[in-house]
Amino acid sequence: MNKIVDKEYFSEAVVKLVIEAPEIARNRKAGHFVIVRVGIKGERIPLTIAESDVEKGTITLIAQKVGVSSIKLANLEVGDYITDVVGPLGQPTHIKKVGTILAAGGGVGVAPMLPIVEAFKNAGNKVITVLAARTKELIILEEQMRQHSNEVVIMTDDGSYGKKGLVTHGMEEIIKREKIDLAVTIGPAIMMKFAALLTKKYKIKTLASLNTIMVDGTGMCGACRVSVGGKTKFVCVDGPEFDAHEIDYDEMLLRLNSYKQEEQVAYEGFVKRYTKP
Amino acid sequence: MESLLEYLKKERDQDWRVEIRSQMKNKDRTALERLAMPEGNPDERKKDYSEVNRGLTEEMAVHEAKRCIDCPNPTCISGCPVGINIPKFIKYIEAGEFLESAKVLKETNALPAVCGRVCPQEVQCEANCFYTQKLNKPAVSIGNLERFAADYERNSGKISVPEIGSYNGIKVASVGSGPAGLAFAGDMAKMGYDVTVFEALHEIGGVLKYGIPEFRLPNEIVDVEIENLKKMGVKFRTNFIVGKTTSFDNLRKEGFAAFMVCSGAGLPNFMNIPGENYIGIYSANEYLTRINLMKAARPDFDTPVISGRNVAVIGGGNTAMDSVRTAKRLGAENARIIYRRSIEEMPARNEEIKHAQEEGIEFLNLANPLEYYADEKGRVKSMKVQKMELGEPDESGRRRPIPIEGSEYEIEADTVVVSVGVSPNPLIPRHLEGLDVSSWGTIKINQENMQSSIEDLFAGGDIVRGGATVILAMGDGRKAAAGMDQYIKERVRNILMLIKEFNTIGDILEFAKK
Ligand SMILES: Cc1cc2nc3c(=O)[nH]c(=O)nc-3n(C[C@H](O)[C@H](O)[C@H](O)COP(=O)(O)OP(=O)(O)OC[C@H]3O[C@@H](n4cnc5c(N)ncnc54)[C@H](O)[C@@H]3O)c2cc1C
Ligand code: FES
Repeated sequence: MNKIVDKEYFSEAVVKLVIEAPEIARNRKAGHFVIVRVGIKGERIPLTIAESDVEKGTITLIAQKVGVSSIKLANLEVGDYITDVVGPLGQPTHIKKVGTILAAGGGVGVAPMLPIVEAFKNAGNKVITVLAARTKELIILEEQMRQHSNEVVIMTDDGSYGKKGLVTHGMEEIIKREKIDLAVTIGPAIMMKFAALLTKKYKIKTLASLNTIMVDGTGMCGACRVSVGGKTKFVCVDGPEFDAHEIDYDEMLLRLNSYKQEEQVAYEGFVKRYTKP
Repeated sequence: MESLLEYLKKERDQDWRVEIRSQMKNKDRTALERLAMPEGNPDERKKDYSEVNRGLTEEMAVHEAKRCIDCPNPTCISGCPVGINIPKFIKYIEAGEFLESAKVLKETNALPAVCGRVCPQEVQCEANCFYTQKLNKPAVSIGNLERFAADYERNSGKISVPEIGSYNGIKVASVGSGPAGLAFAGDMAKMGYDVTVFEALHEIGGVLKYGIPEFRLPNEIVDVEIENLKKMGVKFRTNFIVGKTTSFDNLRKEGFAAFMVCSGAGLPNFMNIPGENYIGIYSANEYLTRINLMKAARPDFDTPVISGRNVAVIGGGNTAMDSVRTAKRLGAENARIIYRRSIEEMPARNEEIKHAQEEGIEFLNLANPLEYYADEKGRVKSMKVQKMELGEPDESGRRRPIPIEGSEYEIEADTVVVSVGVSPNPLIPRHLEGLDVSSWGTIKINQENMQSSIEDLFAGGDIVRGGATVILAMGDGRKAAAGMDQYIKERVRNILMLIKEFNTIGDILEFAKK
């Protein structure tokens, strides 16, 4: 049982939760995630640790309302408890000084990218960050990103904020402008696929951080498996970061939709039960 | 110290045992028939998760107990990995002293209600029974009797909480809460230690909870054992991954004097054949975890599971049987086992195979999957299998399956459960420098006391043996407890640099106070 001590809405669909988890706060590194379960009938879902405060013993999670579980989580208020939080899970990002980093984040993928950007910056790298979303309201953590990046470029599909265009447009402009030593991309699978295609064209080493369906998060079930370089890997223990040029995104996209039908039914049932007339 | 045989003889010569033996002639005892375990009707039971084996009644148990002739040299005990005093507990049943019988079980077995249900008795105690060995008759049903006595005690509401030795306040930890961890925790608590069990998942019990289904081992039975441990002062911390949530070093700093690593063989193997990552293809661990731990089959729980009409389960072990029988209960029209050898070579317990057959499970033996095919959404729809034949026996003594060229054919399957074994959980071996690990990834230990190459780290269960059994894991837990107790006593002695010989931790603490 972990208590929620702070909550903030980034947009109607995206919330930030600060929760008590002293051990995780102390031992987590950039790239780590946790698995949470809301209610004893809840499902186990992975969420990246966006920030942590060792002194206060808290970690920050960012959740986008996409299905029953994320809505249940986002509906919790300050003072409520999350039934289970376990972590930190996964391999931390391998942080070192490499030169110039291009970090490209889309949607809530920006949340897990924050600690990575921060760590690379602290290691003495120049960090250029591209934040992308459909529209202005969905751009999150801009302030924090500006704090830890040398430059932030904002891209929106509809041009309501920053430049109009996809994340890859923003990335390509920078790649053409200066030498990039390492790219990092986190976001929807389809976005990472195209970001990886782009950097492959320019032969830039690229990391992608994957957010697959998970159950235990300890390597016990294989729900999170993906193909990387033709080999099956478990995202929860081998990842979440992999060489972005080796990932089979199409397979991953299919697997992400494993329960689409079940989720739809569950969602409708949930909405019926919880919306008061 | 008296030898085991002397001890057994002394017990056997006690008046009450002599009296019981004299009540019936051996000839009459051996003339009694072995009673079958009452079972749920296959057509009914395959629709729900109720326990298949319903347990012996008191009359049946006493009848079965009478069959045991209380041999002077009880060979059955040599077949039991934890050396239960089998004739003694059975004779208590014959005498109608069911609670006493349960106490005998608990002298050596921390989880008799569990073992009575899931132990492969047919290859252990019952294989060594006088009836099997000498009379060529069905063995005394030792397993069913074990279950009877343990259930009787539980249902009586008079579960005996073992006596706790004087509390010594020394902190020790178990990493993992499967049978090895639970047995370890019980013994250490009895010796007066301050025991914490760390568990990565949100439930206590390891495979007993997330793997073995309700219809074979109801969770409630495991929970009673856990409650008992809590009464003995054992602390449980769920959602805590040692090596991740915090390191061994930090726990050492928090004052933990030694660790028992029993993190299991959690890593599922796949076959690495084309199409294995299509939707609807699960490891047995995932399939069973979704259903047993996450309750995916219940509409009021959020976790989903795909379970179709044509379910193919690859493998021939207990896990495969549990998966295929679960699929049937989830409504599969065709639930079939695909196994590359013949039914005789299957590692699953005979009882599981029999129950599966009764429930209408199909067995496609001497067949091996080669590839999976999917629809446009990536959901598996069929698979290619190849026929096999059996060649010479391999290292395991089982005849080696050899593919028959050109025998490939396709079968429909909209759900596949891959159950081809597990590997040791790599989390801890990866995390700890200086830990000796075999090429299989199992932790190497000193067989005598279960100590690893890191002095304060003991290990047992599946992380040491690879996928093994509940009873072996439990036995390891107990052995490690004894080993750790010795180790700690020695260390305390050394730390205090005492010449004086102490017998108990209590003595030492007494002295330290002065
Ligand atoms: C489906 C199935 C059916 C089976 N049927 C039978 C049967 O009929 N009879 C039989 O005798 N055996 C059976 N077995 C085998 C038996 O269950 C195992 O041999 C036994 O459970 C092993 O016990 P264990 O204590 O070593 O580990 P486990 O029961 O595997 O428990 C290990 C626990 O450690 C936890 N853990 C791992 N790493 C960490 C960490 N770093 N920190 C904290 N916790 C951690 C895991 O989450 C897990 O809960 C079956 C197994 C399966 C999967
Ligand atoms: S989530 Fe189960 S193995 Fe990764």
